[in-house]
Amino acid sequence: MANLIFIIILAAGVFLFTKNIRKIIRNIQLGKDVKIEGSTAERWKTMALVALGQSKMFNRPVAAVMHIFIYVGFVIINIEVFEILIDGVFGTHRVLSFLGGFYDFLIGSFEVLALLVLVACVVFLVRRNILKLKRFWMREMTSWPRSDANIILITEIILMTLFLTMNACDVILQNRGIEHYVKAGAFPISDLYAGVFSGMSDSGLIMLERFCWWGHIIGILAFLNYVPYSKHFHILLAFPNTYYSNLNAKGKFTNLESVTTEVKLMLDPSATPLPADANAAPMRFGAKDVFDLNWKQLMDAYTCTECGRCTSNCPANITGKLLSPRKIMMDTRDRLEEVGKNIDSNKEFKDDGKTLLTNYISPEELWACTTCNACTEACPVNIDPLSIITDMRRFLVMEQSAAPTELNGMFTKIENNGAPWQFSPTDRMKWTEEN
Amino acid sequence: MTMLKVPTVQELMQEGKTPDILFWVGCSGSFDQRAQKITKAVARILTNCNISFAVLGTEESCTGDPAKRAGNEFLFQMQALMNIQVLNGYGVKKIVTACPHCFNTLKNEYPQLGGTYEVVHHSQLLQQLINAGTLKVSGGKFLGKKIVYHDPCYLGRANNIYEAPREVISKLDSELFEMKRSRSNGLCCGAGGAQMFKEPEKGNRDINIERTEEILQLNPTHVAVGCPFCMTMITDGVKHFEKEAEVKVMDIAELIAQANDL
Repeated sequence: MANLIFIIILAAGVFLFTKNIRKIIRNIQLGKDVKIEGSTAERWKTMALVALGQSKMFNRPVAAVMHIFIYVGFVIINIEVFEILIDGVFGTHRVLSFLGGFYDFLIGSFEVLALLVLVACVVFLVRRNILKLKRFWMREMTSWPRSDANIILITEIILMTLFLTMNACDVILQNRGIEHYVKAGAFPISDLYAGVFSGMSDSGLIMLERFCWWGHIIGILAFLNYVPYSKHFHILLAFPNTYYSNLNAKGKFTNLESVTTEVKLMLDPSATPLPADANAAPMRFGAKDVFDLNWKQLMDAYTCTECGRCTSNCPANITGKLLSPRKIMMDTRDRLEEVGKNIDSNKEFKDDGKTLLTNYISPEELWACTTCNACTEACPVNIDPLSIITDMRRFLVMEQSAAPTELNGMFTKIENNGAPWQFSPTDRMKWTEEN
Repeated sequence: MTMLKVPTVQELMQEGKTPDILFWVGCSGSFDQRAQKITKAVARILTNCNISFAVLGTEESCTGDPAKRAGNEFLFQMQALMNIQVLNGYGVKKIVTACPHCFNTLKNEYPQLGGTYEVVHHSQLLQQLINAGTLKVSGGKFLGKKIVYHDPCYLGRANNIYEAPREVISKLDSELFEMKRSRSNGLCCGAGGAQMFKEPEKGNRDINIERTEEILQLNPTHVAVGCPFCMTMITDGVKHFEKEAEVKVMDIAELIAQANDL
């Protein structure tokens, strides 16, 4: 009976998760295609270093060490989840205990990691809610992003507490020689506070142990289904996102091929234009909405875990301007989710009169960027807010002629005299005059 | 009025010669009075090292960098294609420039449009000349001086060039100090992304003031820069704090030229 309930809960959890993932994949695929440059070997290396090896986290050592605890804990403790799944389906108990000494080692390390995860989560909660680190309280950190972070941390604390308490009960039941509770595993952490429960009756202990076991696995399945709605989704997307990192020099901005064709025609009237495709949709230069961005930019948005390292390194943000690279990513995701829901309820996208530019991101934010690449350098998972900023500037300038007045002046001067200032090209050698 | 003797590629061509290196002066280097001094320092060092080089002179035009960063891809590509026509016409192979913005654009964004050259920043060329023994630096003049180096974004993060400028400066008998925000963590001067040509957006303070404050905390005698835009921004910052008598903002090339009495 219990296994049947378990199988139903498990299947429902996995089904819902898959459904949500497919939605996210569909949303990402709303983006335009983009040519991925660079070798596969280099991509695997980047992913190994940046995602698996967390290399970029270490610019901030405290956060990096705490994060490693949670990350390693998460990955390793999942081996335990594997055992729980088998036990759940087949009604066994500690099915892997035949591993003997190795099993003791595994359970022992899970316990140590669980404690480290607990500690790290508490430290993170303190940093966010008591020390109130500035980057967690900026303008874009409205109530939902702040709650999201706390929900994640508190859930992890609950899961680890359930796991350790389950083990504490188990160890007492093992010592009492209760049937079903095979003597297996080492419990360096739960042993320490097993004494708290030692006064309980056998049946009470079994109930508590079962409660924790079910709580732990149901909690994991619930958390699994929370992740796609949350910034915590980075645990999955960090890997593909770093694999598809921009491997070019950061200073190299994308080339707009569509523009090249037109400019070549302007410069050389004898060139024959490519035959126009009558069915082609009218081209749009730059980005106004999520549809104009490419899928990597959209994946970036889903990968962002809102840590704010980009924003806290952004010179514009540091000096009080409206621009926050993190907000660019959060806005892109929010808009994309809105578009996704629109598609869900209308079968296809129905114009809602909104766009990423204006309804979410204002020109004032875009024009504050110095394109200095501090944000892309700071991002621990190689997200590129700058490319979105540039694409939106392109839309403003080339589709709407909406550059700030001074920049329009600069453009005119380059057009007229080949320099961004009002100087005659014939004076280009004046610097050779000694004075 | 005397003139610095710098040939144009066209002049050399008429004599049947081709320069080894094209010196891309850039708009700041050509027109900005302060940056003109950097251009002169570079030209004097190259002349002194007997490097075969020339400039495009009146045939040079804006690389299109500020247009591209501001989102005007049309204007950028117009400029790029015109410049590439000139550069390819002269069969240019190697380019040196003292402007990281020109450097980045020429190096990274011209190849896709048909202009492929070996492009170096002047700090890299100086380092190469020093390593080859062609350029000897007599650093005595800078004995006891405290120099802080400010990384230009388009040289540093944009192109991962952090060591060349530092190695050149290290040839002076001075102390080189690092700010907390340096190398890949360096703070922008505030001029990139076409900000040079507009007023900043509303905020608490200007970026160059934030950066200059950080520089001045180290009590340097000199701030070394490698970009004409950084030069403008940090010079303004030093003036803002009324420190221009104590702290000199100089380009790497100017430091070397001064050390060698060029």
